[in-house]
Amino acid sequence: MTSGDGSVSARNVRARVFKIVGFLVLAVALYELPLQYDRSTVTKFTTVLCYALAALGLNLLTGFNGQISVGHGAFFGIGAYSAALLVSQRGWPAWATIVLGAVLAFVVGLIVGLPALRIRGVYLALVTLALATLFPAVIVRYSDVTGGTQGITLEGKQRLNSPQFARDAGITNSQWRYYIALVVAVVAFILVRNVVKSRVGRALIAIRDNETPAEVLGINVGVYKVLTFGISAMLAGVGGALFTFNNDGVAADVVDIQLSIILLVAVVIGGVATFAGPAIGAFLVVFLESFFPENLRGKAAPVVFGILLILLMMAAPGGILGLVKQQWAKLAQRFSRADQPSHVA
Amino acid sequence: MSALLEAIDLVGGYGPVRVLHGLSFDVQPGEVVVILGANGAGKTTTLRALSGLLDDVKGSVKIEGEDVLGLRPDQIVRLGVAHVPQGRGTITDLTVEENLRLGAYVRRDADVQQDIEHWYSVFPRLGERREQPAGSMSGGEQQMLAIARALMSKPKLVLLDEPSLGLAPLVTRELFTRLGEINRTTGTAMLVVEQNANLALELAHRGYVLETGQIVAGGSASELKSDETVRKAYLGY
Amino acid sequence: MLIAALVAQVDNKFSEFLQFFFLGLGKGAVYATIALALVIIFRVSGMLNFAQGEMAMVSTYVTWGLWTKGLPLVAALILAMVLSFLGGAAIERVVIRPIERKARGNPLPVVIATIGLFLALNGAAPWIWDAEAKQFPYVFGSGSVSIAGASISTQTLGTLAVLVVEVALLWLLFQKTKVGLAMRGVASNSQSSALVGVPVGRMLMLGWGLAAAMGAVAGVLTVSLAFDNSLMAVPLIYAFAAATLGGFDSPVGAVVGGLTVGVVAELSAAYVGFIGEPLRLLPAFVLILVVLLVRPQGLFGKAQVSRV
Repeated sequence: MTSGDGSVSARNVRARVFKIVGFLVLAVALYELPLQYDRSTVTKFTTVLCYALAALGLNLLTGFNGQISVGHGAFFGIGAYSAALLVSQRGWPAWATIVLGAVLAFVVGLIVGLPALRIRGVYLALVTLALATLFPAVIVRYSDVTGGTQGITLEGKQRLNSPQFARDAGITNSQWRYYIALVVAVVAFILVRNVVKSRVGRALIAIRDNETPAEVLGINVGVYKVLTFGISAMLAGVGGALFTFNNDGVAADVVDIQLSIILLVAVVIGGVATFAGPAIGAFLVVFLESFFPENLRGKAAPVVFGILLILLMMAAPGGILGLVKQQWAKLAQRFSRADQPSHVA
Repeated sequence: MSALLEAIDLVGGYGPVRVLHGLSFDVQPGEVVVILGANGAGKTTTLRALSGLLDDVKGSVKIEGEDVLGLRPDQIVRLGVAHVPQGRGTITDLTVEENLRLGAYVRRDADVQQDIEHWYSVFPRLGERREQPAGSMSGGEQQMLAIARALMSKPKLVLLDEPSLGLAPLVTRELFTRLGEINRTTGTAMLVVEQNANLALELAHRGYVLETGQIVAGGSASELKSDETVRKAYLGY
Repeated sequence: MLIAALVAQVDNKFSEFLQFFFLGLGKGAVYATIALALVIIFRVSGMLNFAQGEMAMVSTYVTWGLWTKGLPLVAALILAMVLSFLGGAAIERVVIRPIERKARGNPLPVVIATIGLFLALNGAAPWIWDAEAKQFPYVFGSGSVSIAGASISTQTLGTLAVLVVEVALLWLLFQKTKVGLAMRGVASNSQSSALVGVPVGRMLMLGWGLAAAMGAVAGVLTVSLAFDNSLMAVPLIYAFAAATLGGFDSPVGAVVGGLTVGVVAELSAAYVGFIGEPLRLLPAFVLILVVLLVRPQGLFGKAQVSRV
């Protein structure tokens, strides 16, 4: 260590302070957000959180573990429908339907993950694409239960409304839903982050990068891959369940193939195999629309996202966060070069 | 008169890994030149640089005085340089005959079928198996096919990457005999990269010794054969 | 009397079966066409083109546009095929090749790029041609022929005829021409093909162009009287099932797979109670899953040695 321990630890402290301040600012912003905007915008923020949960799961699977899924809309749908059905037909409390939706999505994820042990790469993408195309058809097929294209609408007490104590504090229904989703998303984010940074996460990445050596190192590739699939699906399911409550219901056209693609878009735009990427991507897929001029809304978004995906793959496969990191690294390098004569060849 | 092929100060490799550290050599028309070198010396990379398969390369490669660095492999074939890749590069799904016909891809003349028959007479095993998928043949047969396929383009120069690799000694000897005949009868120049220095120096007029991406010795075949260090390192006596 | 009634009933059942069978065969011919396009792209570049269906959908809009401008249907289709060919080749050159080169064997970027293409084309069509469904006639008219008591539409027969012609043309191209030989060479070993002078990039563009042109045919034959941008979403899955069943590297497999998938889907929708109309896709999904699990190379494909 040539630069001396003092300056390194000083730099560490500075970085840590930056981090803490950043997190505080972020926390305040996330807390204040629903208090500053009107109801429909808050509902959109909650949608962002639902998508972010699903994208977080998808990123764990595709980004960190290398299993390509073009069908996470189906798992989202499983969570959304189990919540809607249980609350509207069995009268379950909302929290219980979210838990069961998560469990169901987890189990289905495990089941889909099993064939994924043999089916890889583009072929797994194909299977999941077919699954995502099939899912809305299943909903329509069992219209007598699911309401088909009409969907299920939650009424009265079935809805996830602000409880009395929160109402007393002036928190509206849409704000309450936002905070619930925020808590769930933050917990999920921390869990995923800790998993990925742990030994388990290193195993996942080793499997992604090359399965055979991972196996030789004694990593039980099969168990890891199937469990990752299950957890990934579970996160999508939780997102779906929250989505149902945020919208007071769900319908078949919400969970079609477009949703699966949108989730993939969120992951890719934000940055594959990053932590904050899925959230950034989810925000963009929900809000990009509103940046377009009035007459283009609803038309331009898919085209823009499609082209954006292609351009990102051409120029910056790391997505937005990848770009930021790249620029950051360049800047940092320039500064460190200015500091001292570089010994980089 | 310029050389058939001239490489000047080649530097290159794969991404951050530099394999070629500035090497220069040439091949004159009709000549057989061998490049000797141990595993990892950069022999294959050198040939890949010559035929346009190496993206990351600087320096200069001239074919009959014309600068060709940066051209695609198919464009270099059109300038008269064919490349028999290491491991023979058999196009396994095509039949033997289709491999040969594909070898004539750059030609526009009507004598293709006649030439195919010619190579069947040079390598009778190929004629016997003309309708078989090329992937089903033995290593030696695939090597002969690869050489015949390269020669189907009527090149002025053939690059041969370790033609003896994986072949039994008898088959290798036979193959080198054929290569010598082809050189004498057609006047096709050859640049051979080989670990089997004994055989290669019998075939070649001239040779170079490549070590860690640099030419460390060069001269006529007989000079190299009598050179002490070359003998010790590559000829094994 | 009783026997006669029984025979008549069995006869009725049989001609009903035959009717579904032929209907399935006709649809299967379209799936086979798309599957052939998928196989061509897979063979030259080793990738699955998830945008194949949407490319065909756009080609169908183009055909419709030319037709409503007053061109005869066949002329409109041929012109659309030419335009699709150019478009497909351009997509390969501009979008796919740079990404594939950069990806160095990692399938994710290319998959994402074709999904991006899927999304962009699907979104662009209603933007360019508005979201309203477009009226479009059956290419082979709406008449029908009676075979063994079953009424088979001329559209079905025409579609089958088109498939036969396509297969014959492709066979001629790949087996009898120099360009076809070069394309097969690139599919088998692109480096060796480049080293004998085959311009590999041009062959890839040719493959994508061909696939896009075939997509135009498939799209136009898929339409039953009206279409919008969702035209090819479901047929694409069937075509993938067909190509999976036959083997992604096998043109023969694509044809056999396409016809099989068409017939199986039609018969199961007609006769298997719980599947019915909405779940027509289920057999295709099951087929994809089972084939990939049990025999990943498909019925006619060559087993791949996994590259480590």
